[in-house]
Amino acid sequence: MTTISLARGGLPRLLAGLSYDHPSHLADHERTYGPLPVVGRRFIDVVDASGLTGRGGAGFPAGRKMRGAASGRGAKVVVANGCEGEPASSKDRLLLTRLPHLVLDGVEAAAMAVGAADAYLCAHEHDTELLARLEAAVAERDDRVRVTVTGVPGRYVASEQSALVQYLTGGPAKPRYTPPRPHERGVRGRPTLVSNVETLAHVALIARYGDRWFRSAGPPAAPGSMLVTVSGAVCRPGIYEIELGTPIGQVLGRAGGPAEQIQAVLVGGYFGTWLPAGVAWPLPMTHAALKSAGGALGAGVVIALPGSSCLLAETARVVRYLADEGAGQCGPCVFGLPALADAMADLAYHGGRGRALGQLATLLPLVERRGACRHPDGVTQLIRTALRAAGEDARQHDEAGPCPGIRREPLLPLPGDDQ
Amino acid sequence: MKLRVNMIACAGHGVCAELLPELITLDPWGYPLLADTPVPDGLADHAKRAVAACPTLALLADDSLAGPPGVRRRGRHSSRA
Repeated sequence: MTTISLARGGLPRLLAGLSYDHPSHLADHERTYGPLPVVGRRFIDVVDASGLTGRGGAGFPAGRKMRGAASGRGAKVVVANGCEGEPASSKDRLLLTRLPHLVLDGVEAAAMAVGAADAYLCAHEHDTELLARLEAAVAERDDRVRVTVTGVPGRYVASEQSALVQYLTGGPAKPRYTPPRPHERGVRGRPTLVSNVETLAHVALIARYGDRWFRSAGPPAAPGSMLVTVSGAVCRPGIYEIELGTPIGQVLGRAGGPAEQIQAVLVGGYFGTWLPAGVAWPLPMTHAALKSAGGALGAGVVIALPGSSCLLAETARVVRYLADEGAGQCGPCVFGLPALADAMADLAYHGGRGRALGQLATLLPLVERRGACRHPDGVTQLIRTALRAAGEDARQHDEAGPCPGIRREPLLPLPGDDQ
Repeated sequence: MKLRVNMIACAGHGVCAELLPELITLDPWGYPLLADTPVPDGLADHAKRAVAACPTLALLADDSLAGPPGVRRRGRHSSRA
């Protein structure tokens, strides 16, 4: 076990308490990070000043989200989202399995700040061992907030925040129509703060060390550290804590560097962005930089795709998975995503008839921004950036037929793959 | 006034596109595509009728925005609150 680095910009922060072989118990945890101070409503100003943004994918300012829930009437609810629907991400699971008290400190601090007596810690319902361990961690503590550990169905869209709220209120784990948003009418109608578990872990550290310490890592416009799950053709795939703003090439370097020649990098996961290797390498890991490159930072997934793989075939396979993972509620998603998956499969595997690209161009605008949640938009972004990153290759597929890369074993992980 | 659709409630009956073809068309699967502009004053009554006629109450009128030239009405609750 190391101790947390209080030096300016020093890492690790979140992962300072990570031991090699066992989850950290409350005593270990407090030895590493110190005790959690009591905070009140004014702590929201500190979170604001820290510049912390949500680490679940959307990157919304954490302080503003807390204020939104705090300003509602009556008792509030805090929901810690540890469902991690993103198949290529495992950083939330790492936090929950190994550093549960850091997350629970974040839940407690957020609850004290927004005025909540009730909180829910959500993870996938099939992960019964994890749920039991979290129950044990909660039982070790003497929290000022009542924390209920809750298993949530393991579908991709079940961890969308309105879906979580609806599920915790007794409904189906499916996104609901917003507004009203969770901070207005959340769990059982109460103002609800839904936060990713990594975001809450950062909140736990900000409560101890303050906003200036938090800002001492990362660039001023995108402060702090974040967890990334690096996979694909790198020598040491795994979870790393990086400063925001670290160039993607350096992130791959932390993971041992490329294991083969890299053609493209998928950043942000399956609602993320394909970038050609040359574009990706110098690009800093910030929401603003990824947005200007036509994508999104998402939940910190970085996958290096080797030159011998087919980017289009990899994408087609993931799009099919995402089409099957919809909630089945909104027409454009129910019909549009399978149509997109068909067109992508056509382009990737059965190209040569020169019609798949046209089909995709017709379908994409019919799906974008038309669902109750952002699930369909994530799929269209993945396809658009895949086509852009593949460039001339996409035209070749459509007009001349598939590339040899389609024969290579798929690299992007999906649930149900043999591990 | 601005229109929006609760796509979860929408079942693709297509009544709205028949009553308000100026602002609503249907996609290949029968679900409404809305013009991304406020409802012009001249079409406000037609829009209200389309909202009232939706069999699943999926078409919603957002009253917080008046039609062009964008004068805000006062003293009404926005359904976006």
